Amino acid sequence: MKFSIVCALVLAGASMCAFGGQLSNFNPDISLVLDARLAVMNNDSDDYELPGFMLGGEAGLPNQGFSLGHSELSFSSNIDDLYFGKLTIAITEHDGESATEIEEAFIQTLALEEGFTLTAGRFLSGIGYQNAQHAHAQSFSDAPLVYAALFGNSLIEDGVQLSWLAPTELYLQLGVEALSGKRYPSAGGANEGKGAFSGFAKTGGDFNVSHSWQLGLSYFTSDVVGRESGAHSHADEEMAETPSFTGDSDVIGVDLVWKWAPQGNATKQNLVIQSEVFRRKENGLVSMVGSSPLEESSVTSKQLGWYLQVVHQFKPQWKWGARYGRLVSNNSGSNEEVLSEAGLDDEGIAPHRSSLMVQWNHSEFSQVRVQFNQDDSYEDKDSQIFLHYTMSMGAHSAHAY
Amino acid sequence: MKSIYLMVCLLLVGVSGQLQALSILACEPEWKALALELVGEDSSVYSATTAFQDPHHIQARPSLLSRARRADLLICTGAELEAGWLPLLMRKSANKRIQVGAKGHFLAAQHVELQDVSGAFDRQNGDVHGGGDPHFFLDPNYIVVIAKALMERLILLDPVNEGEYIARHNEFSIRLSSAIKRWEVEGASLKGASFVVHHNNWQYLTRWLGIKTLATLEPKPGLPSTSRHLSKVLQSIKGEAVWGVLLGSYQDDKAASWLRDKAGLRVVKLPYTVGGNAKANDLFALFDQTIALLKGYSGAKNAR
Repeated sequence: MKFSIVCALVLAGASMCAFGGQLSNFNPDISLVLDARLAVMNNDSDDYELPGFMLGGEAGLPNQGFSLGHSELSFSSNIDDLYFGKLTIAITEHDGESATEIEEAFIQTLALEEGFTLTAGRFLSGIGYQNAQHAHAQSFSDAPLVYAALFGNSLIEDGVQLSWLAPTELYLQLGVEALSGKRYPSAGGANEGKGAFSGFAKTGGDFNVSHSWQLGLSYFTSDVVGRESGAHSHADEEMAETPSFTGDSDVIGVDLVWKWAPQGNATKQNLVIQSEVFRRKENGLVSMVGSSPLEESSVTSKQLGWYLQVVHQFKPQWKWGARYGRLVSNNSGSNEEVLSEAGLDDEGIAPHRSSLMVQWNHSEFSQVRVQFNQDDSYEDKDSQIFLHYTMSMGAHSAHAY
Repeated sequence: MKSIYLMVCLLLVGVSGQLQALSILACEPEWKALALELVGEDSSVYSATTAFQDPHHIQARPSLLSRARRADLLICTGAELEAGWLPLLMRKSANKRIQVGAKGHFLAAQHVELQDVSGAFDRQNGDVHGGGDPHFFLDPNYIVVIAKALMERLILLDPVNEGEYIARHNEFSIRLSSAIKRWEVEGASLKGASFVVHHNNWQYLTRWLGIKTLATLEPKPGLPSTSRHLSKVLQSIKGEAVWGVLLGSYQDDKAASWLRDKAGLRVVKLPYTVGGNAKANDLFALFDQTIALLKGYSGAKNAR
């Protein structure tokens, strides 16, 4: 069923190509991203954990060996003079089964007064800097640890976003989002599917013709109901017990980006420095679903994560980059044993990871990257190598900041 | 009493007239220069790119978003030149005045007939513009047409100042027409001259002046030169009478320098657009400079 939808869409696109005759002006714009990798590492993706954090969403290691990433099919267009619309479908494979996921499906106003923009549907939340980037547009082949730990790689939700761009010389954007709270990390749909809210502020500008910057502040709050953590498995136990969290969750974050290109001409050479830090506070109850009698514990957790990365394009087709990310947590509750089973015992470890990458873009549309990770996420330290391609076809991808 | 009302009204008109001075965002320096000719030097006109930036590769960065947010008029090339960033910039600007179809949305390419409309959209041939070559301002005859269309748009946006726009346009077009005649006389000796070009973006200039393009240093549009392609170029021009290698201010001069050393050719670094060198301060100086630099080295040399 899911696949037939995609096929119909692809066919619709194809017929448009045929009928559209010669010009590239399809309506809607169609783009396709192909993505696959080879992962060489010792740790098994099933064993992955981040001590002190309950994993969920898409967090985790890629499969060992050859595997497909997200193949993305995207349609977008101005709907009329008032709305823009976009649909992005990710086609993935989990445990040998193909799955299609609606990554984003939103409409956005083009013509409100006074700098307001309303977005509705499923979209990448405006919090943080990297959250609004699709995985294929990011500079490394895996999400920063803090995004994996707190948002399951990225915060994607259903809801509405209202943003306002100030009519000032200095760039200032303010935004608020009312979200369903049904998806990770809120889960559960508290308050009848209106369980999460976020707010963000971004400012930025040009330091001079060669340097530009952006600074952001973010806040995300949700009433979590039954957020299950799937990644922490106990193969040795007879019956699987799934840790589940219910309670209040508050995240604040700061992000900073600095870009340099000589005379603003990024084609020859450019440098991007970006860093983000998020702090999360949670209060609630952890239970081991499937245990009998039900094991429960109150929990108060303070979790912090950050990363810093530098990416340098040193000649037209070549880039290198380095990234370091680190997490710390302090969780306490009424039953230490339950917390430990739920993965909330930090085991005296502050998970951290160092990454290095080199990337070759033959053209703007093709990209091959090799990335090396020294992964100290948990006690089984690992060295990982990813060989990863990302290719774009169709409509010209947008050069977002 | 009445006279006080009148004074207040006049004052308000005066103040609002001041406030209503159009805020213009141009995508490229040539359109900023053209806008300045038509609205006057003290107006608010900003160019999103400089002559040293490749207009294909720009990001919708914060400062551009805040400019786009406040703009009454957006003047861009169109024809997919800004395809990578302009749609995003417009969408994120939250400014209805500059959206497609609005009065404040002006694409120069929609007012002229483009050359090289291949319709092809296969990127095996590089990042080609299926809708036609967008570097048309390099033939000043195109600017004549666009100036008139822009004047009409300015009047539509700001009818109060219609008289001023018409007067400025008249003055500009007379100056431009006589300059074109002068440039054509000055450039007559370039007719039939052969050049090697870095990127295929000089077609309007070369067609206008009757210059021949022997070879292109980029193997495909948008891809940097490779040593294999360069040696092919070197082979193909051996013994030919070549005036030089044409290069724009924002383009990498590595490949051109290599050919200069190997074939004994001159590298002619043209301003490409307004601001591309110290002297090219407006549209007139741009073409003065371009023709002077092209002619600067009397005649051809045989490539080694």
